[in-house]
Amino acid sequence: MRNIYLYLLVMAGVTYAIRVIPLTLLRGKIKSRFLHSFLYYIPYATLAVMTFPAVLNATQVPLAGALAMVVGIIVAWRGAKLIWVASSCCLTVFLVESLVMMI
Amino acid sequence: MKPAFRDGMRDGIPIGLGYFAVSFSLGIAARAAGLTVFQGFLASLLNNSSSGEYAAFTLIANHATYLELALMTITANSRYFMMSCALSQKCAPGLPLRHRLLLGFDITDELFGITLARPGSLDPYYTYGAVATAAPCWAIGTAVGVVTGTLMPLRLVSAFSVALYGMFIAVVIPAAKQNQVVAGVVTASFVASFLADKLVPLATVSAGARIILLTLAVSAVAAMLFPCTQEEELQYA
Repeated sequence: MRNIYLYLLVMAGVTYAIRVIPLTLLRGKIKSRFLHSFLYYIPYATLAVMTFPAVLNATQVPLAGALAMVVGIIVAWRGAKLIWVASSCCLTVFLVESLVMMI
Repeated sequence: MKPAFRDGMRDGIPIGLGYFAVSFSLGIAARAAGLTVFQGFLASLLNNSSSGEYAAFTLIANHATYLELALMTITANSRYFMMSCALSQKCAPGLPLRHRLLLGFDITDELFGITLARPGSLDPYYTYGAVATAAPCWAIGTAVGVVTGTLMPLRLVSAFSVALYGMFIAVVIPAAKQNQVVAGVVTASFVASFLADKLVPLATVSAGARIILLTLAVSAVAAMLFPCTQEEELQYA
């Protein structure tokens, strides 16, 4: 068992470094087009990779997680704010799992 | 109180409400990883990052090494590096170092969004105001999630635990709708992640390492095949 506080220190230190280094050091514009594009795509790739298929294992019934993702994508596509997208996912899981329990 | 600070506090309210709901589900993940209420609170106070903390809690639950945790944190938070690059372009050239050091503490999707959306060169006090409202909500929400996660019926825990994925979807989908390449990146990531989870060579690698490898591979291929156009760069400039 490793030390939780050391884990937290590593997380916090690395996270702060990532956020503060460009802001303090970068005064000009990034020149490399590849590097710029790479940085541009990374957030979307990470979030997508972390969401699926992990969302299927987050719920008691995998079907509930799958439907939550579908509903979330539809709601987000229609332009809803973050809080409503998240709420619609939660509500979907609650309804689906309630239904499954009844059956 | 500076007017910009007051404006920031006001604009931070809806962000704080959203943070509370999402960080609550983060607290459930923290509890599953074996963190106490205080540790969960501290993690959120110091990190302010849903994807970074979530990924880290997953690794902590699996007793990952400190190096694995550091690499995972870099990958999950790499978008803040990009946002920090973008903010550096919006700062007045003479902005003192102490402001840059403080601004770097809480760059999140939402706070970055409102900071960038405010016309003119970056006013640090506006951002500080928004952080003053939103950051406590994030930390307290996490602590509440750790406490009540076990008191709640399993079905409610299950429902709240997808709030985080909802937040990820809410960041990814609007961008995918606007930009076909981003839509392709998201779809490719879903498919690759699903396959990697099932196929033997990659399925045996730890979850954190898999996320890093897939993210870097998908982004690098996309950057080589579809370099950003000038307009996309301007979004952040």
